[in-house]
Amino acid sequence: MSRDSSESDAAASVTGSDSDAPLLEVDDVVKRFGGLTAIDHASFGVEAESITGLIGPNGAGKSTLFNCVTGMLTPDSGAVRLAGEEVQDLPPNRIAQRGLGRTFQTPKIFRGMSVRENLAFAARGQTGERPISALVQPGTVGSEEADIRERVDDTLAFLSLDHLAEEYASGLSGGQRKLLELGRVLMLDPEIILLDEPMAGVNPALADDLLDRLHELNDRGRTILLIEHDMDLVMNHCDRVVVLHNGQTLASGPPSIVQEDERVVEAYLGGFENE
Amino acid sequence: MDAFTPTALLSLPGWGSFLLTVLTIAGIYSLLTLGLNIHYGYTGLINFGHVAFFAAGAYTAALLTVPPPAQVSGAEYVFGLNLPMPLGLPISLVAAAVVGGLLATLIGATSVRLGSHYLAVATFALAGIFGSVLENEAWLTNGSFGLNSVPKPGRAAMSADTWAVTYFVFVVVVLVVVAFVLSRLTGSPFGRLLKGVRESEDAAQMLGKNTIRVKLTSFAIGGAVAGLAGGLYAHYVGSVVVQQFVPAVTFTVWAALLLGGVASNTGAVFGAFLLVGFRESTRFLTNIYDSLLASLPTVAADALRLAVEPLPDHASFVPSLRFVVIGLLIVLVIRYRPEGVFGDPNEIDAIGEED
Repeated sequence: MSRDSSESDAAASVTGSDSDAPLLEVDDVVKRFGGLTAIDHASFGVEAESITGLIGPNGAGKSTLFNCVTGMLTPDSGAVRLAGEEVQDLPPNRIAQRGLGRTFQTPKIFRGMSVRENLAFAARGQTGERPISALVQPGTVGSEEADIRERVDDTLAFLSLDHLAEEYASGLSGGQRKLLELGRVLMLDPEIILLDEPMAGVNPALADDLLDRLHELNDRGRTILLIEHDMDLVMNHCDRVVVLHNGQTLASGPPSIVQEDERVVEAYLGGFENE
Repeated sequence: MDAFTPTALLSLPGWGSFLLTVLTIAGIYSLLTLGLNIHYGYTGLINFGHVAFFAAGAYTAALLTVPPPAQVSGAEYVFGLNLPMPLGLPISLVAAAVVGGLLATLIGATSVRLGSHYLAVATFALAGIFGSVLENEAWLTNGSFGLNSVPKPGRAAMSADTWAVTYFVFVVVVLVVVAFVLSRLTGSPFGRLLKGVRESEDAAQMLGKNTIRVKLTSFAIGGAVAGLAGGLYAHYVGSVVVQQFVPAVTFTVWAALLLGGVASNTGAVFGAFLLVGFRESTRFLTNIYDSLLASLPTVAADALRLAVEPLPDHASFVPSLRFVVIGLLIVLVIRYRPEGVFGDPNEIDAIGEED
C-alpha cells in the first residue's frame, strides 16, 4: 500500500489507524457472481473533502464496486462505512438519504420529464410526495415548491442548462444528460458524490466546464469519488487515486506516488510515463 | 343536465334510454381507465389484472347491500348486510374503494418488485385466481349464480327513466370529483415522484426515494378508483355475477387508455367513452345492414348481399366482429399515433422499459 507522509493528516488515514476515519470506507469487500469474483477483498478509504479517482483496467470491478457502495448490490462479505456507520445492508434509497449521491456510466435521466422536473424530483423531504399531504396541505406544498424552484434555477444556472429548463430530457445530448444527472445529484445535496465516468462522451469544451464545476463543488466541501479513464485528468485533478485490478485494490495514495508504483505500472498504467 | 332532466321525467324514447345506458357504462369505464392510468400512465406499472379490483369493489358493494340470504330463494351465501338505500350508498361505495385499494395493495405486495413484463404476467394470473375464488367461495359470493338483488338506490321512488337519468348524473358527478382529485395528485410532487419511478427506478432509488413504497401507493390508488367503479357498477346493474368480470374487461380498459392517451387523465376519460360507445353502438350493425337491404334499390341490395356472401352466416358473427374492429383501431393508433389522442409523445418515450 503506497503512502505519502507529506500529505495531510486526513490523507494518511487511508490505513485507518492514526487519524479520523475516512468519510467513506470500503473494508475487505467481496462480491461474487457465480464463479466470478468481481470484487476480491477490496479496501480503501475516501477522505472527506477530497477528490478521489478510482481507476483500473476494463473489468477491474470499478462499477461493481460503485454498486456495492451505493446499495444496488449487497457485498458477499466485508463492510462499507459511510461516516463511520455500516451501510452495506441498507437499500440504495436509505444510503442516499444518509448523504451519498451517484451518477451512472450511462446517465439514467427521466426522459419523459422536463429538465426542471428531473431536478425538482431529487429534492429531499418533500411534503407533497405523500398523496394525502399533496391534497390537504396545498399551502405547505406550495411554499416548498417555490423553494425547490429557486434551487432548481440555481442548479440550472450553475450547470449552464438554464436555457433547457422546460425541454423534455429526452431531447438532451449525451453531454447535457451527464450534466443533468450531476444536477440531480446536486439537488439531493449529498456529502459525497460518486461519479461513474463523468467525462466520457462529453465534448472537450464541456468537459473542462464540468471539471471546473467539480472543483467548485469540492471547494464548497463536497467529497467526490470518480471513475475515470483519462489518466491526465486523474493525475492532474484528483487528490488521491485508488487503483483497482482484478477486483483488488492494488494501490492507493496521491497520484504522484501511485503512478510510480511498480505493480500499478505493470497492471495498468504501462507506458503512461512514456506518453 | 338541467335541459335533459325535464324530458326524462316524461319518458325516454328507446334510443334515448339506450344512449343513456351506454353513457353510464362509459362513465364507469372512465373511472376504471383513470385508475389504470395511475398504474401504467404515471408509474409505468403494467397491470393486466385490473378487472380484479373492479370485481372486488362490485362484490363489496353488493355484500353490504343485498338482503340477508333468508329473504332470497336459492341463496347459498351466508352474509348480506342489507344497508338501507339510498343512505347506505356512500358507505357502500367508500367500502368498495377501500377493498379495491386493499386488494391492489395485496397483489402489489406480492409482485411489485418484478420487472415490467413479469408484473404483467403476475397480475394477470392473480386476477385469474381472484376470479376463481369469487366463483368457488359460494358461501360468500353465491358462486356462479351471483348476487342478483343488489339495490338500485332510489329506484323505488321514481320511474325507470328518471332513475336512469339520475344515476347517470350521479356517475358523472363521481367521475368529475375523481378526475379532479387525480389531476391534483398527478400535478403535485407526488405525481412527479410517480413519473420518476416510471422513468428510472434505479435513478429514483439513488435519489433517496423508496420506490417499492411508491409503486405500492400507486397500486392502491388505482385499485381504489377501480373498486369505486365496481361499486357504481353493482348498484347500476343490480346484480353481480362472475361472468361480468372476465379478462376482456381489463383489455377493454387497456384499449381505452391507449386510444385516449397514456399519462393523460383527459385522454383516459375520452378513450373510455370512445371505446365503450364504439363497442356498444356496433351492436346495431345487423340492424343497419337489414335496413340498408330494405331501403336500397334492388340492384344495390343484391350487390351488397353478394359482397357479404363469403362471410359466415352465424348469429354470433357480427357481435364478434366488433372485437376485431376494436383490435384494428388499436393497431391503427399504435401505428399512426402511438401516444393516443391526448398523449404526449415525449412523455411516453421510455415508458415500460427496463432500466
